[in-house]
Amino acid sequence: MSIETTPVTPAQIVAEVTKLKADGYRLVTMSSVEIDAENMEILYHFDKDLKLVNLRMSLKKGGSVPSISGVLFTAFLVENEICDQFGVSFEGLVLDYQGRLLNDCTQTPQSSPFCRLLVKSSGTVAKEVL
Amino acid sequence: MARTVIPFGPQHPVLPEPIHLSLVVEDEKVVEALPTLGYVHRGLELLACKRDYNQMIQIVERVCGICSMIHSLCYCQGIEEMMGLEVPRRARMLRTVWSELHRMHSHLLWLGLFADSFGFEALFMQLWKIRERIMDLNEATTGNRVIVSVNVVGGVRADLDEGQIRWIKDTLVEVEADLKKLQSTIMNDSTVCRRTKGIGVLTKQAAYELGAAGPMLRGSGVAQDMRQLKYAGFDEIAFEPISEPDGDCWARSTVRWRETLQSIDLVRQALDRLDGTDLTVKVKGKPEGEVITRVEQPRGECLYYIKGNGDKFLERVRIRTPTFANIPPLAAILPGLDFADVPVVVLSIDPCISCTER
Repeated sequence: MSIETTPVTPAQIVAEVTKLKADGYRLVTMSSVEIDAENMEILYHFDKDLKLVNLRMSLKKGGSVPSISGVLFTAFLVENEICDQFGVSFEGLVLDYQGRLLNDCTQTPQSSPFCRLLVKSSGTVAKEVL
Repeated sequence: MARTVIPFGPQHPVLPEPIHLSLVVEDEKVVEALPTLGYVHRGLELLACKRDYNQMIQIVERVCGICSMIHSLCYCQGIEEMMGLEVPRRARMLRTVWSELHRMHSHLLWLGLFADSFGFEALFMQLWKIRERIMDLNEATTGNRVIVSVNVVGGVRADLDEGQIRWIKDTLVEVEADLKKLQSTIMNDSTVCRRTKGIGVLTKQAAYELGAAGPMLRGSGVAQDMRQLKYAGFDEIAFEPISEPDGDCWARSTVRWRETLQSIDLVRQALDRLDGTDLTVKVKGKPEGEVITRVEQPRGECLYYIKGNGDKFLERVRIRTPTFANIPPLAAILPGLDFADVPVVVLSIDPCISCTER
């Protein structure tokens, strides 16, 4: 079985989402799906009166697509998450965490004001990280 | 006026779980709020590639302890839809019973924490005392208080006998009476009203456009609830979504309070419809294709996208939890608030970071 989807291209996505918003749809979420080593899909799930409408966009991994967060602010969080997990770049994100939404102190030690000390397994303080 | 950035969380007295908000304040007013996640991200979605579709039930139950049963319900419904399985009526009703018991203990947990957030310790203790009765029901009927693990693909693994059904009904009579004694305090007490009425207002239009879910959405006057999709036993049970028009912390709290009482009625209706003896249907084959399934968790709409290729390992399990949906509306309503109201407003979305950091 498969779900009903409408194919869209990166060039069409903002216009399609703007139209859905005008028609009274709300964004439920987006799902990113790996297809093979090089390709992936992003599904956009919209709801109106408990009926789902799904848009399907194919793209290359690590590719770039327009952000819909300018149309629907709520998309900023899921777009940042997809950026973190699949390396997709969203152009025009209203709140861009630049691949660091999922706070990882090995990646961004400067962003963690509360973890100034590195503690060894023995319990001794080894050094200041910052 | 000079701006100051005040960190809120990841460790904070009102937050049992870690989320960080960078609050930009001018004097005592919040002017900007930036959320940071990922302190406890677990990558559970990725485990779909390493655990077979039956083992994934135990994984999704651990996305969130408080609504574990409803996570596995959503997942199992998706797999059952992919495999064309028709779950026996008794199993569907049992799923309804346990999912509504979960909603009750989740809402009572939250109501207690909410009372605690504005310093009403006595109310906090009374609500958690009542919640223990629900936890006892879970433990006695499934063997566990929180992660009840009753769902399997094709049905449920536990049943209720006549004695247990009678005991649940008797307990719910007492729980309902105890709750109604607290109703005027929850809804009318001056301490509660002063800290919640007119605070953190999210308008109906904003709630809808910002993708709010659950009591956050219904507290703003949008009467939408995934139980209207008539999953599990809701196709036979009388149900109307509860909403409040005001959009403030009081409205969100009142929705959860009324839903707790409503769940008692839903459990009774489901118990009255327990007939037949079959608990599961025989499962053949492996899941293949794509499916989207939605249920109503205590915190709101939960969506699972599942993709299988006919193998025992699924290709993708994507989980959208309600708190993830409620963070953008939270970020939108914080600016303009007094700093002292921030803990109450943050808690009013019933944040479940365990769900968010799946």
